[in-house]
Amino acid sequence: MKSNWEIGVGILGLVMLIWAHYTGLFVAPPEAMMGDVGRILYAHVPTAWIGLLTYLVSFIAAVGAIWTGKWAWDAMVEASVEVGLLLNVLLLIQGSLWAKPTWGVYWTWDPRLTTCAIMVVAFGVVLTLRRQIEDPMRRLTLSSIATIIAFVNVPIVYLSVKWWRTLHQPYSSPDTVDGTMVTPLRVAAFGMLFLATGFVVRRWRQVSKKLAIEVQAPDLPEASPPLQVEDAE
Amino acid sequence: MKATLRILQKDLLIEWRARSRTVALLSFAYTILLLFAFAIGPDAAALRQHAGAYLWLGLLLSSTLLLDRTMRIEFEAGAMSKLMLVPVPATGLFYGKALANLFQLCVVGAFSIPLVFVVCDAELVESIGWLLATLFLGAAGLAAPGTLYSAMIARLSGKQLLLPLMLFPLVVPVMVAAVKATSLAMLGDPMNQIESWLTLLVCFNLVYWSLCGVLFGRVVEA
Repeated sequence: MKSNWEIGVGILGLVMLIWAHYTGLFVAPPEAMMGDVGRILYAHVPTAWIGLLTYLVSFIAAVGAIWTGKWAWDAMVEASVEVGLLLNVLLLIQGSLWAKPTWGVYWTWDPRLTTCAIMVVAFGVVLTLRRQIEDPMRRLTLSSIATIIAFVNVPIVYLSVKWWRTLHQPYSSPDTVDGTMVTPLRVAAFGMLFLATGFVVRRWRQVSKKLAIEVQAPDLPEASPPLQVEDAE
Repeated sequence: MKATLRILQKDLLIEWRARSRTVALLSFAYTILLLFAFAIGPDAAALRQHAGAYLWLGLLLSSTLLLDRTMRIEFEAGAMSKLMLVPVPATGLFYGKALANLFQLCVVGAFSIPLVFVVCDAELVESIGWLLATLFLGAAGLAAPGTLYSAMIARLSGKQLLLPLMLFPLVVPVMVAAVKATSLAMLGDPMNQIESWLTLLVCFNLVYWSLCGVLFGRVVEA
C-alpha cells in the first residue's frame, strides 16, 4: 500500500499554524514595547527555529551520504536544503518587515540578519552545484561536502559579524513572556515543524524516485557519425 | 609530509616557469586597487580610512584567478590520474597545493601592500608585524577552502562563476577579521583589538585546514 503520511502531517501543521496565528493576532496581548508589530514573532520565530533545524537535517544527511554513499541520504540532502532555503528566504523577508517599524530600516548589519543572508548564498550554491553535475555519485559526494562546509561555517560567520556589529535584541525566554503569548508561539513552532516535515518528506520521495531512475537508466549510445549525403547527380 | 613538500615544490616550479601568469595576476591586483581609488574619488581621508578593505578585496578577487588554475593544471593531459597512480596521498596533494596557493597569495599581498600605502596615502601606526601576521593568516584562510573548492569544480561547466559563488560566502569571517585587523594596524589600535581578530583568523584556519584536508580525499575520488 502506498503510504503518504507526510500529507497528513503537513495538513496538521497547516491547521496548527492557522490556529496559532489566529490566537497570536486576536487573543494574545500586544507586545509590551513594540505593540501590535510584535505579533509577527508568531511567524518569524518558528520560521527561524525550523529553518535552522532543516539545515541541521541537511548536514546530518550530507554526513550520512558521504559516509555510506546511499541514495536515500543524497535525496534527503536535496530535499532538506530546498526546504531550508525556502524557510531562510521567508525568514529574511519577515525580518526585514519587522525591522522597518522597530529599527527604522529594512536592513541592518546585525549578526543574525547577516548570517541568514550568507546562509541563503551558501546553501543556494549546494543546489546550483547539484544541477551542474550529471554523474550521480560525483553529485552525491560534492554536494554533501558543500553542505557540510556551509553548515560548519554558520557559527563562525555569526561570531565574526557579532564582533563586527550587533543590534539584534537578546533572546526571550518563557519566563519573561506572558503565558497567553507562549502557547500560540509553541503551537506555531510545532505547526511549522510538521509542515516542514511534510514538505521535506514529500520532496525526499520525489528526489529518491528521480535518483533511482537516473542510476538505473542505461548510458546513452554513442552518437552515430553524421550521415554522408551524396550530391544528387 | 614528503608528498606535501614535493607537490609544493612542483607547483611553485610550474608557477616560476610560467612567470608571465604571475605578472598578470599582480597586474590584476594593481588594477583593482586603482579602480577602488577611482570609485571613491580623490577624498584622501576616505581612501586612508578604507585602505585595509581595498587591500583585502583586491586580494580576494585575485585569489579566484589563482585558485581557478591551481587544479586546472592537474586535469590537463590527465596529470591528476598519474599523480594518483604514483601514488600521492590525497592529504599530501591538498596540503602541498594549499601551501603553494598560500605562498602565492602572500606574494600578491606583499606586492599590494606598498601600492595601498602609495595609492591610499595610508600610514602604519602599529607594528609591521601585525600587518604581516594578518596577511599570512588571511591568505591562509582563503587558500584552504579555495583549494578544496577549485578541486570540486575543476571539471564542471560554469566553474568561473561557481568558484566565487562558493568561496565568497564562506570566507566572510576571513574578510571581516582581516579587514578589521589591517585597518587597526594602519589607523591605530588603542583598545588592543588586533589580537582578538587574529585569534578569529587562527580559529577559522584551524577548522578549515583540518576539515578541507579530511574532505579532499573524497573530492579526488569523485
